[in-house]
Amino acid sequence: MVTKAPRRMASAVVAASLLVLGLAACGGTTKDSAASAPPAAAPASSAPAKADPNAPIKEGLKIAFLPKQINNPYETIVDKAGIEAAAEYKGEAKEVGPSDASASSQVSYINTLTQQGHDAILIAANDANAVCGPLQQARAKGIKIVAYDSDASKDCRDLFINQANSEEIGRSQVKLLADMIDHKGEIAILSATANATNQNTWIEFMKDELTKPEYKDMKLVKVAYGDDDDQKSFQETQGLLQAYPDLKGIISPTTVGISAGARYISGSKYKGKVVLTGLGTPNQMRQFVKDKTVQKFALWNPKDLGYLASYAAAALASGQITGAEGEVLKAGKLGERTIGKDGEIILGPPFTFDAANIDQFDF
Amino acid sequence: MSETTSEAAPAQKASPGPDAPGPGTSRRGVGHLLRWDVLVTALLLVVFLGGSLTSPSFASAGNLSFALGDLGEIALIALAMTMLVVAAEVDLSVASVLGLSSALVGSLWDAGWSIETIIPLVIVVGAVCGLVNGLLVTRLGLPSLAVTIGTMALYRGLAYVVLGDRAIAEFPQQYASLAVDDVPGTPIPYPVALFVVLAVVTAIVLHSTGFGRSLFAIGSQEEAAFFAGIRVKRIKLVLFVLSGTIAAFAGVIFTLRYGSARADNGVGIELAVIAAVLIGGVDFDGGKGTLGGVIAGVLLIGLLRNLLMLNDVTTEIQSVVTGLLLIVSVLTPRLAAVIRQRRRLPAP
Repeated sequence: MVTKAPRRMASAVVAASLLVLGLAACGGTTKDSAASAPPAAAPASSAPAKADPNAPIKEGLKIAFLPKQINNPYETIVDKAGIEAAAEYKGEAKEVGPSDASASSQVSYINTLTQQGHDAILIAANDANAVCGPLQQARAKGIKIVAYDSDASKDCRDLFINQANSEEIGRSQVKLLADMIDHKGEIAILSATANATNQNTWIEFMKDELTKPEYKDMKLVKVAYGDDDDQKSFQETQGLLQAYPDLKGIISPTTVGISAGARYISGSKYKGKVVLTGLGTPNQMRQFVKDKTVQKFALWNPKDLGYLASYAAAALASGQITGAEGEVLKAGKLGERTIGKDGEIILGPPFTFDAANIDQFDF
Repeated sequence: MSETTSEAAPAQKASPGPDAPGPGTSRRGVGHLLRWDVLVTALLLVVFLGGSLTSPSFASAGNLSFALGDLGEIALIALAMTMLVVAAEVDLSVASVLGLSSALVGSLWDAGWSIETIIPLVIVVGAVCGLVNGLLVTRLGLPSLAVTIGTMALYRGLAYVVLGDRAIAEFPQQYASLAVDDVPGTPIPYPVALFVVLAVVTAIVLHSTGFGRSLFAIGSQEEAAFFAGIRVKRIKLVLFVLSGTIAAFAGVIFTLRYGSARADNGVGIELAVIAAVLIGGVDFDGGKGTLGGVIAGVLLIGLLRNLLMLNDVTTEIQSVVTGLLLIVSVLTPRLAAVIRQRRRLPAP
């Protein structure tokens, strides 16, 4: 028994391999050979339409928001704002989505929305490529695709609403801190991990901003890394304040870092003496804003993101824009936005939260 | 099926279980008309007709093609799972084998291997995964539920070791098309066509061969089957290897269909597979069930979900509906059996 069973097993395995080899009866296809092959048929994007900036937004447009997952408070705010914006232009909007944020979970929703005949689908992609095929099928039926929050592969959507322009985030963080410390004194940065791409890009822009003459009295003494770990960020904050007694301000452009830092400062003698700012979420930061540990911090406004995405979808579906670089999107109360390279629209400078407005947000 | 019962019935007599109604009794009388797999097929027809009436796009070729394609991996894995559950075993590691297969496809493709080498290789890896499960169950005598919960974590862990958090994309077009395109002139995607072929083979093996009958015998009374000369351990080993192999192949299809290789691909689909098998009327205690019922079960879950989505029913309610269906499908045959036994017994 022991000897025969594995032999049978082996023959079964060989048979299966042969079957597969038979199915794949063409020579070795590798990454390189596939890359050198002619590209697949161009996306069946709808019509060589020309943008008509003066076209009115059609009434009764059907648009749908497909977030990474439903019941995520942040995404709910974005989508709700987008649905409210649709009411402004007399469209019908809804939010549907999976309960888990896995790569494949959005695909059946894209199919459903395609079958239901929507004018536009707005998606925060869980996986840039996994959603690509179904999005192409939707576009082949004339449905406009707007990615927001998290981009889909750029061949598979018409526009991406980018909430976070790296340069603006980096520079605005320095401005935010400088205004609170009168452009004077030693400052430090509390980042996430040393190799986090987005963090490092922002930090580069912060350093570049600091070379401007108006910041000549500010000095960046240290970039510390809290590894996006609450405990480590807490200890790093403590370490910074002990090592640099003259420190006037800390920028922590990570939600984990800023809340851990605020927690340390709120219980220490540095409260009210050292200014902490960065990127955080209102729910994490609320108590520290209320107890005056933190005056101001920033993040993009999720409501504006949903609003802008909603208008972008409507403008695409009405033919006001096609998604080409240089076209101008008219986005209701947010004003105008120009479409950049690769069909990207930047939301704008980060939104600053303070004691006056923080209670309007719950995420 | 009748041969199955006749062969298993003497086994029943040889060592009568105290509470098991036995496969012999369940198919007589009223039970025959109320066979769960027949009911599931009827329910499937109701969903299909209801769907066509309430939602204009439900029965369209595009939607059906998608809904079927979306079921491809689950349906394929369900073939092997049916045989395992009939033999009173289960394999919970299938989704993790699928994930490991996907991660391997991604990392080898990224390393410049040819897809024609990668596919057979990952299928062999899947067979080895199944072999490990099978050896632990048959040689060490461990319960398959426990073993495969362990390997479920183990294989998923290995998938992350192989690929980490990365997602590999840009697979060759001709293979990606094979995973999504329809057989010309039909709304049937190629993987589903392959499933149909394999389902026919499985149905013949399960219901008209000695091997198939021995699965029912093992599932009804393992000891009796052993004494009747059935090589219980070897058969179970074969089933686990088959399960791993099919799961790995499903992983290849999954990866090509979504065009994205990730270690977390297919998380949780083992539950969808087992749900389909149970809804299809296979007894989780083994010894009872038909492949036709399971295929109806797979289609029922998939089309019902598709229909609910088209009617904007939320994800939560979809889960509730599937869960209730599962409970009803497990409960109904038991209730029917209890009622039959009460009838047969004289009133106290």
